[in-house]
Amino acid sequence: MLARLGNIYRLGIKELRSLRSDPVMVFLLVWAFTFMVYQVAENAKMEVDNASIAILDEDHSELSRRISAAFLPPYFKPAVEISGEQIDRVLDTGEFIFVVDFPPKFEADILSGTLPEVQVNVDATAMAIAGNGATYIQSIMTQEVLKFLDERNATVTLPLDLVIRAKFNPNLNSTWFMAVMQIINNVTLLAMILTGAALIREREHGTIEHLLVTPVTSVEIMISKVWANGLIIVIAATISLFFVVQGMLQVPIMGSKTLFLAGAVVYLFSVTSFGILLATVAGSMPQFGLLVILTYIIMNLLSGGTTPLESMPEWLQFIMQVSPSTHYVGFSQSVLFRGAGLGIVWPQLLAMIAIGGAFFTVALWRFRKALAESGK
Amino acid sequence: MSSGPLNAVEIKAVTHRYGEVAALDDVTLDLPAGCMVGLIGPDGVGKSTLLALIAGVRKIQRGEVYALGGDMGRSEHRRRSVGRIAYMPQGLGKNLYQTLSVYENLNFFARLFNQKKSERVRRISRLLAATGLAPFGKRPAGKLSGGMKQKLGLCCALIHDPDLLILDEPTTGVDPLSRRQFWELIDQIRESRPEMSVIVATAYMEEAERFDFIAAMDDGKIIATGTPASIKSQTGGRTLEAAFIRLLPAEKQARHRKIEVPPRIEEDGTIAIEATGLTKRFGDFIAVDNVSFAIERGEIFGFLGSNGCGKTTTMKMLTGLIPASEGEAKLFGKALNAGDMQTRRRVGYMSQSFSLYGELTVFQNIELHAHLFHLPKDRIDTRIRELLDRFELGHVRDSKPDGLPLGVKQRLQLAVAVLHEPEMLILDEPTSGVDPIARDEFWQLLIELSRNDGVTIFISTHFMNEAERCDRISLMHAGKVLAVGAPEELIRSRNARTLDEAFISYLEEAIGPEEEAKAADVPLELEDMVLKNHHGIFSLRRMLAYARRETKELLRDPIRLAFVLLGPIILMITFGYGISFDVEDLSYATFDQDQSFESRQFLENFSGSRYFDEQKPITTAAETERRLRSGELKFVVEIPSGFGKDLKIGRRPEVGVWLDGAMPFRAETTRGYIQGVTQQYMQDMARQNDGTAARLSPVDIETRFLYNQAFKSTYAITPGIIMLLCVLIPAMMTAVGIVREKELGSIINFYATPVTRAEFLLGKQLPYIVVAYISFLTLSLVVIWVFGVPLKGSVLAIAAGALIYVVSTTGLGLLVSAFVKSQIAAIFAAAIVTMVLTMNFSGFLTPVSTLSGGAKFMGRFFPAPYFQQISVGSFTKSLGFADLWPNHLALIGFAVAFFAISAFLLRKQER
Repeated sequence: MLARLGNIYRLGIKELRSLRSDPVMVFLLVWAFTFMVYQVAENAKMEVDNASIAILDEDHSELSRRISAAFLPPYFKPAVEISGEQIDRVLDTGEFIFVVDFPPKFEADILSGTLPEVQVNVDATAMAIAGNGATYIQSIMTQEVLKFLDERNATVTLPLDLVIRAKFNPNLNSTWFMAVMQIINNVTLLAMILTGAALIREREHGTIEHLLVTPVTSVEIMISKVWANGLIIVIAATISLFFVVQGMLQVPIMGSKTLFLAGAVVYLFSVTSFGILLATVAGSMPQFGLLVILTYIIMNLLSGGTTPLESMPEWLQFIMQVSPSTHYVGFSQSVLFRGAGLGIVWPQLLAMIAIGGAFFTVALWRFRKALAESGK
Repeated sequence: MSSGPLNAVEIKAVTHRYGEVAALDDVTLDLPAGCMVGLIGPDGVGKSTLLALIAGVRKIQRGEVYALGGDMGRSEHRRRSVGRIAYMPQGLGKNLYQTLSVYENLNFFARLFNQKKSERVRRISRLLAATGLAPFGKRPAGKLSGGMKQKLGLCCALIHDPDLLILDEPTTGVDPLSRRQFWELIDQIRESRPEMSVIVATAYMEEAERFDFIAAMDDGKIIATGTPASIKSQTGGRTLEAAFIRLLPAEKQARHRKIEVPPRIEEDGTIAIEATGLTKRFGDFIAVDNVSFAIERGEIFGFLGSNGCGKTTTMKMLTGLIPASEGEAKLFGKALNAGDMQTRRRVGYMSQSFSLYGELTVFQNIELHAHLFHLPKDRIDTRIRELLDRFELGHVRDSKPDGLPLGVKQRLQLAVAVLHEPEMLILDEPTSGVDPIARDEFWQLLIELSRNDGVTIFISTHFMNEAERCDRISLMHAGKVLAVGAPEELIRSRNARTLDEAFISYLEEAIGPEEEAKAADVPLELEDMVLKNHHGIFSLRRMLAYARRETKELLRDPIRLAFVLLGPIILMITFGYGISFDVEDLSYATFDQDQSFESRQFLENFSGSRYFDEQKPITTAAETERRLRSGELKFVVEIPSGFGKDLKIGRRPEVGVWLDGAMPFRAETTRGYIQGVTQQYMQDMARQNDGTAARLSPVDIETRFLYNQAFKSTYAITPGIIMLLCVLIPAMMTAVGIVREKELGSIINFYATPVTRAEFLLGKQLPYIVVAYISFLTLSLVVIWVFGVPLKGSVLAIAAGALIYVVSTTGLGLLVSAFVKSQIAAIFAAAIVTMVLTMNFSGFLTPVSTLSGGAKFMGRFFPAPYFQQISVGSFTKSLGFADLWPNHLALIGFAVAFFAISAFLLRKQER
């Protein structure tokens, strides 16, 4: 037993040395966990940002001008005035996403309380901002009108006050969310590539055969790959979490970082095993590349990290339970954003262990089978 | 040498470097025309580089090369003479297409030389008959034996009646019978075309005896030229190998010691290895067929045979690496069990190619294995020192093996193999490609191990002189053992002069008439073509030759084919469901502290909404926190006590809502919905109270969602996914298609034949355009049928747009291929470039109109945003050609530009 642990330790050290002398992988690792996390968190905003808006002003009143001027950055680009016949064209070509149409006598109707109708035309193919942008436009207009009336002492009273507060992320800052999700995506992708490529490289160079004529078993080889590559990624993710996410991006993390990293260890067990499994299915490095891209996109997009799981059809939600990424995304959101403890997230941990165990077993079986046919 | 120019090739002061290493060092050499010229020397001395320069497939760095009366440094001369030169690169069947049949391979080459169908058929059938390959016309090249592969390679080279035939190690790794047949074939061809010059490189010195003229090379320099006889008499060597060693610089010769094999002292006769009826099947293929032998302790037992005859598989079975299908192997009297660690400790193994870690140093490699064999801690250091000493590795202790000469690497492998002092060594072709001196050094070590340490050595080789040093050898062919015995015994039993002849005699007996059909007595008179119409700017036939071949290869590669056809559909489903801005079924709970008629009426608005999904109500404040934290609830509506009363008397009660902000986009949208529901409630209330809603809201804002009234993500996202997948996969697969040729070496056919850059690229691109268009059509059907998105606009606009788009995206793949060297790099480069650009700058998620500065600029120089307009325009916005045509024009521009830049960047010669 001690001898086995010794082998696993030695082989893992070898794995670390190999990685160190692979500049492309090291670069990929560093770049992904620093620059890419920062870049994505800062830029890939899923909020209304820089939206293009056009105004068809048939009123030319003070109020219509005041409202037009109230669409401000960073949410909106400065509003552009267009003429009536342009509306269809600018929406068709996607030049503007929103076109606001102030009817004639708009201001006069407001003052007389006749409730004028303002039309907001939305290009609903720009899904990312069409919905929330329309909500913003409504509330900006309402506020401006109320302010305008208030200045003229024509107050409007509402029967109740609606106070909406967001827990865990009061300003609904998407940077918080994207930064953490990007770390998870990187963990998934790199764990798969690192372990899978390490195995294929050993196979293509014939070194795996050489190992197998020494007193080393295939389980030991697999475990050494899992621990060594897993360790590297846990370290990279930790550094990224503390220095990039907390330090540079100033994201306050309320949950337990220790619990998050413990979850990462469990998750890595399952993804590295999956990487080995893919490598045993692929015949060569190019085939492995195709498989990784395909599976990564699925594991990433359908995990609930991009689109909430409950928005997907039920059969798909059910299938995605097989992917460890689904559980890890749920786990991470609970722990890091909502500050959930072990009492809440244990089912996800358990699921990841079970899935990882299954992947590991199948990978080992395939690995042994592939070795038996390697003389071909 | 009577007619034509005196020299076929003249080389003047040629130097060629790969990075720091000089492969050719100021070489000046004249090779006579009309005869058979041999370049001899071990691996890595520059033979292949020199041949590639002569053939014009490699770019000359310094110096001048004249071939066929012209300067090979000038592209004009190369273009004119490429149809007169034939080049067969090193490596068994390296320029052949493994999945294509013999006939298809030949047909492809004939098309590259622009031959008409009738001419092709005539030539191919004649070549096949002359080489005896006719019965195997339909067999895939990958399934041919080494000898047959080389014959096919020769046929491909001869398809256009070359005046200069260049063969780079054509017989390495081929069995002696096939080797002899190969040379007979060459002689036959030369008889019928005496004006043809042949230049051959070889590492087998014996073979060079038959050449008319020899140039011996070492370390990038020519060390001697002349006829074999003159070289031998100059140096006084009995054989060419001996002569070669004497030609080497003094310091190299000094290292050489003549190999003496002391006779083996018969021991107790214990059997070290015994194989009985060992058989290995891979599917239908029998790699090893009923092999039996016994090796005594301390014996050097040789395994002689061609590549692919089953030597390696047999050795792997004996090390326990792969299980035997049938039969039994015993090591030291114990049945071999793959899992048995004890036998592994008694055996040392060295595989065919270098299989230690290139990224670890010499010392680290030995140390790793010392640990894996669990040498006692105090032994490790001394043992490593001993090995470094004995195998002369001390000076490279901290170097990485990758940069070391092959001979040193093999010593390192041997050091690792004997590290744990095994009683038996299994060595698989340990000396392939190693220079003669290093080979003899290696053998010296083996002999010491055998005679001094009593180690049993089981070694495979295809060098006859090495086989002669073994105590006993076994001749192997096509998975069967033909004979076992001491070398002299085998020679005697066949009445042969040499071991080579004896082996051939055994082979002839074993093969008989059925397997390799004897070459028919067809004269190889290859008539001169009246018109050598190889030139011309563009030939449809040559272009289609590539297109046809690419299609066949793709159809026969299940993984690539599946990826190309099923990949898009799987990804469409993934993206279609994975990227959604629809927020529905939001689970929420109420914390009603008032429990009045008014509060219930207010909350009814929430339970009635299709967006919300009510859960068990909350009763305590702590519960709010807990249930939000667990992720069970997305929001909580809290009604204070006294709500109903306050509402009635107009005291503006406050309704509190707690959102789960973990996922900002969802929270943002939820907030909008909650505001909407409350607004609705207030207006309803106002209408009930006094009939006017005016007092509650001063303005009526009518929001019209155009193109997508239902405001469903699917309608907007799925057309965008078509855009994304029709760039991601075509670009990736086209790039791989080209880089594959670079990686596998078949790109050499592009360098060595009259194919132009445009023909090559277009031929490679065409199949992927077709496949990409098929996948566009299937994706559209998935969008319409599975996701239920109607195609509202012009079918013609999107159909035409998609065609131009896939031409441009496959063109992008061509462009990517110009910058990468390996398939894996091509896959990731194409994937990253297309994903980053489509996701960020193409209007897929972020509308193009919201981009500014650099991002806006990036998007302009990429075809995807233009097709995004066409796709979304046709599917969702009901637009037609009249609205979309500028996008079509832009795409045509991209298609042309990508192709032109790729053609410009593609090199017609290797660097």
